[in-house]
Amino acid sequence: MEKFTRIVAPACPLNVTNINTDQLLPARYLKWPRSAGLGKVLLQDLRFDAEGHERPDFPLNQPDFRAAKIVVAGRNFGCGSSREAAVYALYDYGIRCVIAPSFGDIFAGNAIQNGLLTATVRDEVAGGLMSQLTAAPKTLVTVDLEKQTISGGDFSCGFGVDPVRRLRLLNGWDDIALTENFRDRITAFKATDQTRRAWAIPSD
Amino acid sequence: MTEVQTLIDKLWVAHEILRRDDGESLLWVDRHYVHEGSFHAFSRLAERGAAVAEPGFTFGVADHYVPTRGPRDSIGNPEIARMVRQIEENAARHRIKLFGLNDRRQGIVHVVGPEQGLTLPGLLVVCGDSHTSTHGALGAFAFGIGASEVAHVLMTQTIWQRRPKRMRVTVDGKTAPGNAAKDIALTIIGKIGADGATGHAVEFAGSAIRALSIEGRLTLCNMSIEAGARCGMVAPDATTFDYVKGRPFAPKGTALEQAFDAWSRLKTDDGAEFEREVCFDADAIAPIVTWGTSPQHALPIDASVPNPAGETDPARANELREAIDYMGLRPGQKLTEVAIDRAFIGSCTNARIEDLRAAAAVLAGRISKVPGLVSPGSSLVKRQAEEEGLDRIFRDSGLEWGESGCSMCVGINGDLVAPGERCASTTNRNFRGRQGPGARTHLMSPVMVAAAAVAGHLSDVRSLMAPRKV
Repeated sequence: MEKFTRIVAPACPLNVTNINTDQLLPARYLKWPRSAGLGKVLLQDLRFDAEGHERPDFPLNQPDFRAAKIVVAGRNFGCGSSREAAVYALYDYGIRCVIAPSFGDIFAGNAIQNGLLTATVRDEVAGGLMSQLTAAPKTLVTVDLEKQTISGGDFSCGFGVDPVRRLRLLNGWDDIALTENFRDRITAFKATDQTRRAWAIPSD
Repeated sequence: MTEVQTLIDKLWVAHEILRRDDGESLLWVDRHYVHEGSFHAFSRLAERGAAVAEPGFTFGVADHYVPTRGPRDSIGNPEIARMVRQIEENAARHRIKLFGLNDRRQGIVHVVGPEQGLTLPGLLVVCGDSHTSTHGALGAFAFGIGASEVAHVLMTQTIWQRRPKRMRVTVDGKTAPGNAAKDIALTIIGKIGADGATGHAVEFAGSAIRALSIEGRLTLCNMSIEAGARCGMVAPDATTFDYVKGRPFAPKGTALEQAFDAWSRLKTDDGAEFEREVCFDADAIAPIVTWGTSPQHALPIDASVPNPAGETDPARANELREAIDYMGLRPGQKLTEVAIDRAFIGSCTNARIEDLRAAAAVLAGRISKVPGLVSPGSSLVKRQAEEEGLDRIFRDSGLEWGESGCSMCVGINGDLVAPGERCASTTNRNFRGRQGPGARTHLMSPVMVAAAAVAGHLSDVRSLMAPRKV
């Protein structure tokens, strides 16, 4: 996994609450392997009309936001389906950080597994940042994970991130390698548990 | 042990292998379900040349992509056929038991797990599907995970988690006839919001929950993710024990006695504390439909589409406006005046035998004004429904009797709601485009879908519930 320390990039405001993973990646693309280029179909039905033409009013289609690496959105971003491909779509489009007041639990877990930072800010902070970006779309936003700060233009604030997840992103740690260190503990747990809870083993 | 604990705590502690100083715990996984969509995780294993650590605790199903209309022996779309073939190949390669397309036990993973006695009280259950919360109905700690975590569970039979906050939702009283678990679930979500339970494990308690059958509890826990909950659960009781006993993979003999003994302790101790408590009065719960594009857009059937002009919060007004626009409705429009184009009865939320019986009781001797599909939750549910003659009732009313799978809930097997069409649906998500690009979904219980089908518009099932001869 790629490390995340600090980025300076254009940021796109998506002033909508409850952007769910069905929006981020419509279900019809779920059978695509990641190598097919999921970034192309990120937010497909919001970015494009039924004929495949860009919707010019959608923020990500506006010239200043096309190269965004940061998305700022309303609360409960990434709610809904557990599809990790929604994170692949964001990441492969080029997004490295989503700033929002809250995130779907499963989405936030998936994000961390793939090097995408979910930065939590208060409702009014997200609102303020989105207003600033709408007024000055060329603003370059800096997200510093070491210092846990967001800044850009006149704007500056801190953000929330789970301390464990922060460390994992900073170091690019891989879960499975970490777990392998505890192999003996797992084996011991299993042995005790199978005596204690013999009924938990599937019969048949 | 003298410390009082919640059910959530008891389940957590029983699975905790270790806790790191940073607060993350490594948990033992008792059951891991995989499906066609788990292919990303299997690819991860292949890249690493890794094996499945515990194939005996891993079970596969073909549900997301399987055809649910017409013959199943050959799948026309090669991409969809490949998805079904892939899970068969991965299961065979890793010696995972699979309920595949042609298995008589095939069905939706969240129906098959409990039905087969694989999901039990006291277990930790994961699956790469957000509706894994369903399994909590039996008193299990069950939650959805992403592909990377699926790969981790396959390779280690464990998962890293931070202990969730605890929330109790108590529903006391007696629901009126015509009201179902779905109405309770949508009432809760409508009240606390689509992120009302984010970061929390939820225990459902109270007399109205106790009175629910296991099927009803499965519906309720299924929908807990739509309030953002990490998981939902109901403490096991006599209803649970009766349900589990005799199922194919459930413990038997002495093991079952030991299990009953252990399960009887799986309840929240008196005085145990929750970070959050919410209470509802079951008597006040009416049949609910959703009008918008989030499950929180849920209202009693006798209500009207909200008016954004009456909202003081501009963000909320904007959300309402966009939802009303997408759904093709008018502010203030009576919900009972919303005409539908299609009906769907199916999905992991509401396609168990009890759901089909309830819908059939409303449809018996009546004709649906719109086309519709009934897709049973599992192939065994299908067979039982046919033995009871329910398939004939659905067919006679004009609905199509289909096969089991995720079907029109997510539409990835090709069963879609057409752009602009409005569907009364027993499913779990009314998101934009969920049932197909441009599709408009109204969520409701099986009897409410039946009532809408008969009326041709959203309708109060209670008007159809008077005793009658059919």
